[in-house]
Amino acid sequence: MTDIRYTKEHEWVRQDGDSATVGITDYAQSQLGDIVFVEVPDEGKALAKGAEAAVVESVKAASEVYAPVSGTVMQGNAVLGDAPNTVNSDPSGDGWFFKMTLTDASELDGLMDQAAYDAYLKDCDA
Amino acid sequence: MKAVADAIPPVRSKPGENRVPDSATYDTLLTTPLDALHRSLGAKMVPFAGYSMPVQYPLGVMKEHLHTRTAAGLFDVSHMGQADLVGGDIAVALEALVPGDLQTLQPGRIRYTQLLNDDGGMIDDLMVASPVDGTSNRVHLVVNAGCKDKDYAALQAALGDCAVLEKKDSHALLALQGPLAATVLSRFDVDCVDMPFMSLRPVTVNGVDVVISRCGYTGEDGYEISVSAEGADALAKSLLNQPEVEPIGLGARDSLRLESGLCLYGHDIDDTTSPVEADLLWSVSKRRRAEGGFPGDARILKEINEGPSRVRVGLKPTGRAPAREGAVIETLEGDAVGVVTSGGFGPTVEGPIAMGYVVAVHAKVGTHLHLIVRGKALDAEVVAMPFVQQRYYRGIK
Repeated sequence: MTDIRYTKEHEWVRQDGDSATVGITDYAQSQLGDIVFVEVPDEGKALAKGAEAAVVESVKAASEVYAPVSGTVMQGNAVLGDAPNTVNSDPSGDGWFFKMTLTDASELDGLMDQAAYDAYLKDCDA
Repeated sequence: MKAVADAIPPVRSKPGENRVPDSATYDTLLTTPLDALHRSLGAKMVPFAGYSMPVQYPLGVMKEHLHTRTAAGLFDVSHMGQADLVGGDIAVALEALVPGDLQTLQPGRIRYTQLLNDDGGMIDDLMVASPVDGTSNRVHLVVNAGCKDKDYAALQAALGDCAVLEKKDSHALLALQGPLAATVLSRFDVDCVDMPFMSLRPVTVNGVDVVISRCGYTGEDGYEISVSAEGADALAKSLLNQPEVEPIGLGARDSLRLESGLCLYGHDIDDTTSPVEADLLWSVSKRRRAEGGFPGDARILKEINEGPSRVRVGLKPTGRAPAREGAVIETLEGDAVGVVTSGGFGPTVEGPIAMGYVVAVHAKVGTHLHLIVRGKALDAEVVAMPFVQQRYYRGIK
């Protein structure tokens, strides 16, 4: 089973060897509502953990997406340019934001696993 | 992920102004008579102008917006200030404070105008209505929620003993907006279909006395319904029971008014902008332009004759990225010439739209400008507003 980790800011990161895919969670997309614009980072951009990596805008608001871990952008999801609402319909699948190399895979250990994130969401809605 | 800009921006206040900040804790927020109904409908409540208000319902901003454009939406706008001004020759007295033509306002008609300060800036924009029965010593006012206190203070200070302000704080205000609003309301045996745009009428709905006004803030046909706090919940439920009607929150209210090119006080207009700069000159009659006699008339008449130095324009970004309030407007050469005052995504336009102020020489429709968003220059064009054709009732065609 693929290990997915979560940030308190509602990004998910899925490790695949020495690289990872990053997106926003179902909870995040439901809070944002209808997503009308996504800006993903360019290939080759170096991201420090916690740095601004992408922008997501709904009718209601603009939000920033942060790099959950440090690394270099390998690819942004080009699909989101023309179909930003893919993030609403498939946040953990086709609605991924970018793929990145991992500078230090152990950074993932500091993020929440599924059980911890589920518990965290209960606090968010409380 | 963290929100960096919100399309339901807080009501801006300046130090010393008597306004409830939006950061007020929920304990201090006021509620409208429909508060319990909003919560039962699953609304997401946010602080707005000192009130706890529904920003959206489960339908979501996009679908709420589109539903209002195609059917009918019900908005709770009870946070708005409703009041009567009572005094001899009230139209003449009030004309000393606003540039609108109130002396020609016929019984049962409504006029949009602006409360001005001595510099010709806007203290607020508001609706003024003349009672249906022809009473000449009374007008009905509807003012912005975040401006209530300062408006009432300004009116009382200026009119003194000449007029008494009767606040209707306990009244609710519902807005039924959309192309099917008249169909829905007439189903309650209400004579409303042929009402002129910007007129009002006292009627009875389900045995409850209300006053309906054919106006709104969406660009669509529709009504605002003033009802006692006690009657509001039952009336709202009756309207929501109609198959055409969905509850609509402040999120869609904002995108609907932006598409319709309508100003939001505190953002697109404020105490520094004049009605000329704001492109609201249509609301100042020939007589008032000729005679003046309102606060700041020297500045305003000068701007009418010589043109204002800055002017409110519509802006259409060419790409998909929205430009929000505060984005700097630059020429293609990189000179800052203005700022975006409202911006976002227009669900009916299916793209980003904005309005803002630019130095007058750059205000011509078709001018290409840059909007600076996150350090990037987005291409945009000055366009005529509204972005979506207004569809007010203009009589049987």
